[in-house]
Amino acid sequence: MKGSFRKERIDRGIKVRTEGIYAISSWREMGYLIIPRAMLIFGLLLSPVLIPSLYWQRVITYVCIYSLLAIGFDFLAHFVGLVSLGGAFFIGVGGYLGAYLNTYLNLPLYLTIPISSIVGAVICTLLLLPCLPLRGVYFAIITLMYPLIFMRLIEALDILGGTEGIFGVSSFPNQWVEQYFIILCTLFALFLLRRFVNIDVGLVFRAVKDNDQAVRASGINVTFVKATAVFIASLLGCLGGVTLVHIYMWAGMSLFALDFSIIPIAATVIGGGGTLVGAVIGTFILVPVSELLRELGTLRIVFYSLILTGFVIFKSEGIMNYAQRKYHQFERWVRV
Amino acid sequence: MEIVIYGIINSITLSLIAIGFTLVYGISRLPNFAHGAIYVVSGFMVWIFLNMLHLPYLLCILLSLIASGIIGGIIYQLALIRVRGMPISEIIASYAIGLAILEGLRWAGFKGLTYTLPSFLEGSVIILGVPVDFQRIFLVIIGVSIVLFLYLFTHKTKLGLALRGMAQDERAAMMLGIDSDLMAVISMALGSMLAGLAAIVLLPLGNIIVEAGYQILIQAIAVCIVGGLGSWVGAVLASFIIGFAQILTVAYIESHFQMVVALLAIILTLIFRPSGLFGMQKELEERV
Repeated sequence: MKGSFRKERIDRGIKVRTEGIYAISSWREMGYLIIPRAMLIFGLLLSPVLIPSLYWQRVITYVCIYSLLAIGFDFLAHFVGLVSLGGAFFIGVGGYLGAYLNTYLNLPLYLTIPISSIVGAVICTLLLLPCLPLRGVYFAIITLMYPLIFMRLIEALDILGGTEGIFGVSSFPNQWVEQYFIILCTLFALFLLRRFVNIDVGLVFRAVKDNDQAVRASGINVTFVKATAVFIASLLGCLGGVTLVHIYMWAGMSLFALDFSIIPIAATVIGGGGTLVGAVIGTFILVPVSELLRELGTLRIVFYSLILTGFVIFKSEGIMNYAQRKYHQFERWVRV
Repeated sequence: MEIVIYGIINSITLSLIAIGFTLVYGISRLPNFAHGAIYVVSGFMVWIFLNMLHLPYLLCILLSLIASGIIGGIIYQLALIRVRGMPISEIIASYAIGLAILEGLRWAGFKGLTYTLPSFLEGSVIILGVPVDFQRIFLVIIGVSIVLFLYLFTHKTKLGLALRGMAQDERAAMMLGIDSDLMAVISMALGSMLAGLAAIVLLPLGNIIVEAGYQILIQAIAVCIVGGLGSWVGAVLASFIIGFAQILTVAYIESHFQMVVALLAIILTLIFRPSGLFGMQKELEERV
């Protein structure tokens, strides 16, 4: 009579050792901690050098912009519990603000980028403020509406260049500055935010997602916490937007396009929600694929949406959670 | 006078659009972001049946109503049933499905201004000095009868009572032997059929365009939030408020501000009365 078995999942010894001071006991332990991170950092930093074609270098830049959005989405969705369906809104506000400051007020690039990131984030946060004291689907609904409405307003009122857009935005001094600026921004955003969600302040954010009544009972203003989170996410989005405008040297209604809303969501879900780095990895898969499929037009969005639905329904943990599990744990069959 | 009559027509249009969304949300607490997509799909289905298969108009309408109901049921049964109770996944999944449908239609070449449906009956009458065409009169009749039908359906039939039971307390309803998933499928199919019906009644007034899917979704959501998510009375009342506000802005300010009216209505509602005019949710559940 063969007994039945079940699968058991146990942390690797090295994972447990690297959690404490023993992490520096040997090269092996240090390597275990450093290698995955170093792979990401050096991979990103070396990618402009290693990739010869100008076109694909530009794609890497887009990947980083989408990564900023995706990190923001992941942070909002899995650490604060707000689902933002409007990444395009952040991109659009940041982009138009940057273009306006640059062309009408003639501010130089190194001033427009920080100013429009921060002011744009403030604008986004203020516009989203009414739905922050509420639970439920309101935030998703409002973020879905804003990009559509802004697009129509710009079209209808013929403000900010109307359908033509704003031309003559100054570009980065050269291509290397452009690439390394956005790559470094992405890395900083990723690692700072990862640090941020793991310290005490981050604990409050997670608590808002899990049990907002308890947060409120602790005398913390939930709306303020949520507003801070939205500010952080929209800061990343606006930074991406203003960078994009300086790369295009043009700001137009396509900044509010659906791509900016759906790709970050798809990337986060595919890469693994709640890991932040998963969002970056997801964009590294999706954006190049989307460039390859460029001639298919809007079918690309269909393709993302279907992948997204599939992942949400059947494989909701995503690549990164799976990879982390394999890296940190092993499985074995045990007799019950 | 013109403002009053067209205000009423616009309000009934809005309630036709919104009632499907509010039905699904009220019964299964499922924000159906694919609502606008189903609206557009059923419009195109009528067009295909009419112009490619050359079926009689009435048959086309019936077929596409049934088909849109089936599409709604399939969306629920294949996708949404697996993520129920997980708000993030529900929103993402239904939004992604809606987007896939709409952008798929756009890719398949259903764009431009060439797709129109004939109106049910040509001609117009003059009501109190304002010319109104027959299609808009049909719209009013159908809108009012749908609201009446839904009221009778949910208050008199067993199925309708079961749906209301689900809406009020899902666990208690399940304890009394009401199949929660079956009811959710039915509500989704019914909601999709209502979206299809709205499309069939409204689309002869203009062109069928893919972008309408997003606008319809936004308007439906605006009406539902102002009226209180999940409340039918609220939805009808809110559509009158927003409908008249829109007509007034068109008459006195500019027609481009119609969408802004919807947005402003949502924001004001969220600030002053988050659960809407007739919110079914308790204050505490909504507001943190």
